[in-house]
Amino acid sequence: MTMLPEMSEMPNATMPNTMPGAPEAPPRLVRPMTGRVIAGVAQGAAAQLRLDPVVMRLAFVLLTVVDGLGFVAYAALWMFTPKEQLKGRVPGRDWGQLAAYGVLWLVLAAFGWLTGAPSGGYGTWPLAIGGVGALILWQQADPDRRQRWMSGAVQQVNATWVRTSIGALLVVVGAIGFLAASGELAKAGTGLVFTAVVVGGIAMIAAPWLASLIQELQRERTERIRQEERAEMAAHVHDSVLHTLTLIQRNAHDSREVTRLARSQERELRNWLYQPKQDADATLAAAVRRVAAEEEDAHGVHIEVVCVGDCELTEGLVALLHAARQAMVNAAKYSEASVISVYAEVEPEEVTVFIRDRGKGFVLDDVPEDRMGIRQSIIGRMERNGGSARIRTEPGDGTEVMLTMKRNP
Amino acid sequence: MKTVRVLIVDDHRLFRSGVRAELGPSIQVVGEAEDVDSAVKAIAELAPDVVLLDVHMPGGGGQEVLRRVLGSGAQVRFLALSVSDAAEDVIGVIRGGARGYVTKTISGAELTDAIIRVSEGDAVFSPRLAGFVLDAFASTEAPPIDPELDSLTQREREVLRLIARGYAYKEIAKELFISVKTVETHVSSVLRKLQLSNRHELSRWATARRLV
Repeated sequence: MTMLPEMSEMPNATMPNTMPGAPEAPPRLVRPMTGRVIAGVAQGAAAQLRLDPVVMRLAFVLLTVVDGLGFVAYAALWMFTPKEQLKGRVPGRDWGQLAAYGVLWLVLAAFGWLTGAPSGGYGTWPLAIGGVGALILWQQADPDRRQRWMSGAVQQVNATWVRTSIGALLVVVGAIGFLAASGELAKAGTGLVFTAVVVGGIAMIAAPWLASLIQELQRERTERIRQEERAEMAAHVHDSVLHTLTLIQRNAHDSREVTRLARSQERELRNWLYQPKQDADATLAAAVRRVAAEEEDAHGVHIEVVCVGDCELTEGLVALLHAARQAMVNAAKYSEASVISVYAEVEPEEVTVFIRDRGKGFVLDDVPEDRMGIRQSIIGRMERNGGSARIRTEPGDGTEVMLTMKRNP
Repeated sequence: MKTVRVLIVDDHRLFRSGVRAELGPSIQVVGEAEDVDSAVKAIAELAPDVVLLDVHMPGGGGQEVLRRVLGSGAQVRFLALSVSDAAEDVIGVIRGGARGYVTKTISGAELTDAIIRVSEGDAVFSPRLAGFVLDAFASTEAPPIDPELDSLTQREREVLRLIARGYAYKEIAKELFISVKTVETHVSSVLRKLQLSNRHELSRWATARRLV
């Protein structure tokens, strides 16, 4: 596919990625690469919550001591939070801080182990999963999407509402599970509940992520379609319009040829812009236009076509079409008129086509017997196919050929 | 004979000067405008008899000019002149208040004739516009709400058919054994129906079927 250089330079009309109407919304959670200790999770979360990163790091360390909660939360956030996009070299870890937090964790863990403080047992797990589910739900919502949640499109609201209520349910179930387990009630039952909670939690974690994946795919698809349309447009302009312009420049001395080229290009462009895409021979109106276009090209005479109604082509109508073509040829060759009017009307019972020129006209009876154009190609053909042809002409008063054909002979 | 004062509204300078050169001596071009704002301003200042209005222009096109000028109650007549053959454009600008629609391929003599006709309060239909109207009023699946406005009389249909066949008003008059004045009356009546008919399918039809 040939592309114009100008066209390929066209700016990409991509969808704006950020909504200009949400300047104050916090950015989507990312893991900053600069100054990270492990993966930047705590730092990112702290930025989102407008806290000091140290607070978040301490919280994670503390929660890790309590049955590894912090570890689970950290791992989950690490998985589902995109890395900050950095240009250039990725800075290294802050090993000094990592060592400090490591030592702190060891001390706390030892202290906890000695005192038996983190004895929540498995009862803390529902809390962990519920919390992580809610956290991920919240952090997945980038400003763009939060905006759309607010905008109130019914579909969006529904999806959001359902997801939010499931999230809330999950949190509640988690809390109940925690209370039940720590109260050591119905020990056997809790196992089942927890399984459900875990499955639910995983689903909750995965849902927004999957949704964003699908959205991303759709956006890419739309963009690709747009690109293809643009390419098609460029190719069309190149193949037809530019080509014709070149031809016109080359034939500048021949005004008749220039007119013919311009007219045929105009017609082609018009078809491309305004006509519904259809098979040129499927319906009568399309076929009449095509025939007129061909004769216009062949004879350099302007043929104005008006069609009212449309129908499928039948055998009789194909004969009508041939007769109409012959009438156009006659008008173009002999009438010396500059414009030929073609009017086709489809009525419930019959189809009528008029071919008219304001040329010099002739006396019908003076046409020699051996001239096949009118007698055979027009009148004879119509009558053989169950239609009729009427010719009105007078010297100096132009000619009109009227062709009528029943739709269901 | 009184000269007709005309304002040419078109965003192509070449086209404006082309039209200016082609118009007959009975037409006086009082000004030109190249977009919606300057057109509205020029119409208010110059008060032309007829505005030659392009359909596609920056700033909302011919329909926007019609809306703003006719909406303010000004008494000025519009003749739409466009390269577009799309049904939406043709029907849209007529329903917006233009008294006629011709395509830019029209000859200078025919255009002069059309301008004079519009200046006298008559309507100007190109063959293609006549075809659209026949098509629009033919698709009567729904019963007409207002029988007077929503359907064409037999005579109006005959006149439109002859216009579509490429007949001039004089030739139509001869063909139907009526006066040119009567032909003009029929065409004006069709124009009124086209503008006032409440059959919204008139415009919807144009978009949906995209018949040109």
